[in-house]
Amino acid sequence: MSTVVPASFDEVQAAVRAVRAAHAGARLLPRGGGSKPALSAPRVGEEVLDLSALAGVVEYNPGEYTFTALAGTRIVEVRALLAAQGQYLPFDPPLAERGATLGGTVAAGLSGAGRYRFGGVRDFILGVRLVDGSGELVRGGGKVVKNAAGFDIPKLMVGSLGQFGVLVELTFKVFPASVAHTTVRRRYAAQDAALTALGNVYTARLDIDSLDLLPGSDGSATVAVRLGGLPDALPARAEHVRGLLEGGDILTGADESSGWQSAAEFAWVPAGWIVTKVPLTPRRIPALEAAAGSLQTVRRYSSGGNVAWLAMPPERNSGAAGEEKGSAVQELDRILAGLELSGLVVFGPPELSRSRLRIGWRSGQAFEQRVKAVFDPAGRLPSY
Amino acid sequence: MNSDTLTDALSRLYPADRILRKPGELAPYESDALTALRRRPLAVVIPQTQNEVIETVRLCHRYETPFVARGSGTSLSGGSLPVPDGIVIALNRLNRIIRLDPQERIAIVEPGVVNLDISRAAAPYDLHYAPDPSSQQICTIGGNVAFNSGGAHCLKYGMTSNHILSIKAVLPDGEVVQLGSESAEGVGPDLPGLFVGSEGLFGIALEIAVRLLPRPQKYHTLLAAYRTLEAAGDAVTRVVASGLLPGALEIMDRLAIQAAEAAVHPNYPQGAEAVLIVELEGEPEEVAEETRRLDEVIRASGAYEVRVAQNAADRLRIWKGRKSAFSAVGRLSSDYIVQDGVVPRGRLGEALAEIRRLSGQYGLRVANVFHAGDGNLHPLILYDGRAAGALERAEKLAGEILQLCIRYGGSITGEHGVGMEKRDYLPRMYGEADMDMMWKLRCAVDPRQIANRGKMFPGGEVSSPFSTGMHPLERAGVISRE
Repeated sequence: MSTVVPASFDEVQAAVRAVRAAHAGARLLPRGGGSKPALSAPRVGEEVLDLSALAGVVEYNPGEYTFTALAGTRIVEVRALLAAQGQYLPFDPPLAERGATLGGTVAAGLSGAGRYRFGGVRDFILGVRLVDGSGELVRGGGKVVKNAAGFDIPKLMVGSLGQFGVLVELTFKVFPASVAHTTVRRRYAAQDAALTALGNVYTARLDIDSLDLLPGSDGSATVAVRLGGLPDALPARAEHVRGLLEGGDILTGADESSGWQSAAEFAWVPAGWIVTKVPLTPRRIPALEAAAGSLQTVRRYSSGGNVAWLAMPPERNSGAAGEEKGSAVQELDRILAGLELSGLVVFGPPELSRSRLRIGWRSGQAFEQRVKAVFDPAGRLPSY
Repeated sequence: MNSDTLTDALSRLYPADRILRKPGELAPYESDALTALRRRPLAVVIPQTQNEVIETVRLCHRYETPFVARGSGTSLSGGSLPVPDGIVIALNRLNRIIRLDPQERIAIVEPGVVNLDISRAAAPYDLHYAPDPSSQQICTIGGNVAFNSGGAHCLKYGMTSNHILSIKAVLPDGEVVQLGSESAEGVGPDLPGLFVGSEGLFGIALEIAVRLLPRPQKYHTLLAAYRTLEAAGDAVTRVVASGLLPGALEIMDRLAIQAAEAAVHPNYPQGAEAVLIVELEGEPEEVAEETRRLDEVIRASGAYEVRVAQNAADRLRIWKGRKSAFSAVGRLSSDYIVQDGVVPRGRLGEALAEIRRLSGQYGLRVANVFHAGDGNLHPLILYDGRAAGALERAEKLAGEILQLCIRYGGSITGEHGVGMEKRDYLPRMYGEADMDMMWKLRCAVDPRQIANRGKMFPGGEVSSPFSTGMHPLERAGVISRE
């Protein structure tokens, strides 16, 4: 197993073309910062294409609300650059402090709690350049905030996990950042009450940045609502939220940001645990809560209940006598399939095969296969 | 293959009143809002169920006959223009709102549902469907999905694509697939994202899950009049630089204002070379603070008259002038081409100056209406279709504008799609390898290239005679060019 560190698009192309030449069955695994280890750890037969050297912002026009950067550029770097101009990445990319890159964020299709306000990474990617499985350098989308010309290749790359090509350059839309934030947080002794409160905020005529629900281990749950905007309007706006939650603490300053920072970096997850992303809708939360109870999971529902983050210890003993010791991921796979929910393992042991990273229910496979055949006819890139 | 056999099979599938074959019946379907082009299809079928659509597509596949799915025919790029001797699948009767779930803020709709009807159905729950193309009273969600339609509020909330959660579609070979889920988040490649904007080349959406947003509590809608177009453009730059994120930032130039005044009498300020419409929206406390900032910006921008909507009726009046601008231009000239190019916002001024120069050079009037916040231009090129060579001259001018957009690093289309109209320009915006990849995708999904053949990609079809004047339905006020 070797690692290639390309410093130019040409070198990426050469690396892709060299795969088949090296040995049959080899596959090239593009990797950014390695902040999502279940996805970026190489499996048997995979060669790592380390994109960390292909980094840097190519173009940034604050007046256009756009920037273009090489795929290996770290989120922290982009964030600082934008912040200096009063702008931000509205999809709130997670794991920035752990070294997440733009390319890895797009390929994994991950957005943070702040995506609730304006949308996820899919809603802010404008353009892409990638090296496909044949080694061709191709471009999709554009560099302006609005563009309906040609197929929307940039969106296709969101969540593609490197199976269609190596992302080398990306263009995003950005927005002006909120001047200040306030968070309203309330703990409910019963989860039902918390879900009702979540629903009330979800449908209210308010402009909410983030809306998360954190189940406790004792049947309680906490709802956290983040507001962003101009400072003078925030106290009154926070009171509206308190009204909907029927109370709650108002947080500002470092107290306010630390909880969201912890969510973004998965600091709430015990070391070595498996973390799975599960898209859902708020109404499905009780069913997942009931089903996931058997797995000793710690959960966090984000974006108003549109995504669940499930953390669980890697090994477990199944309850029933005589049953085989199953891996936690297998068990979760079964549970999610039963609920017609899909999952993506983001943190997990490298023993977990690549085919077990996308678990549970799957849709659109017939369509996805046709796309895969176009981008990677020779099978040089990972498959899921 | 023998086309009589296909129509025989279709005649078994559809009762006589839902399969049209006589020239008189076909006429309304020969054109869409790109009225300069007309094609006569072999037949038009009017399915009422998803199964009828699926069966129709399977028959077209079996007989290797092209089909074009069509909603209300409001495409400005000729996206729903029939293929000669192909089948038109008219989806207007597939118009059920299958489910509207206010708690989940989701609606599941069929493709023939009219855009505005979704917001109407959601209004009792204080929700709305955000994308608002100007033709929203008539255009259908199926067409919006196919062409990733925009509207006046894209800067903040995005285009159609940003509001589509999942799509059940029949692929051109008859396979039915479910793309995406009802969640705003996903796992695996964003397949609904790829399907939206594919201009009908990947098949037909049968069921679409759309995201609904809470209706803003408060709007602050402002109209500012300027003595020069450049001053209005500068005002946009100032608004953007102020850190405000308005829901809409729109500009109309003098000719567009004239047209709107003649058509819907919005009573815009006298003597304006340009008007700027800015709309803030959201929670009242936030809008109040933003309004204070916006007032300073607009005051410094040199507007000679500023009007603020005091109530909903005022707001609608301001928007009516803007939203009717395209069809209003029909009052000035029954023949015109609507362009849809995008330039970086910072180059709007240059682009407009260049368009003015070209207008003079070609001796053709050009009215400008544009989504200034997005850099999305809508030059309306007026010509007399009865004059020899006028259309060709107008098309040449339109082509120069597209080239300009490409040269400035923009796009040939912001929201109308490539369709028939701009297909020769797509290869100028993308490179050979990019086009090749897109073509391979098209062929992988539709090996026989029967779904909306001839659109988006250049070449492949003999051109038919152009027509002039308004579309019969447009004249009757049923459709408008917006």
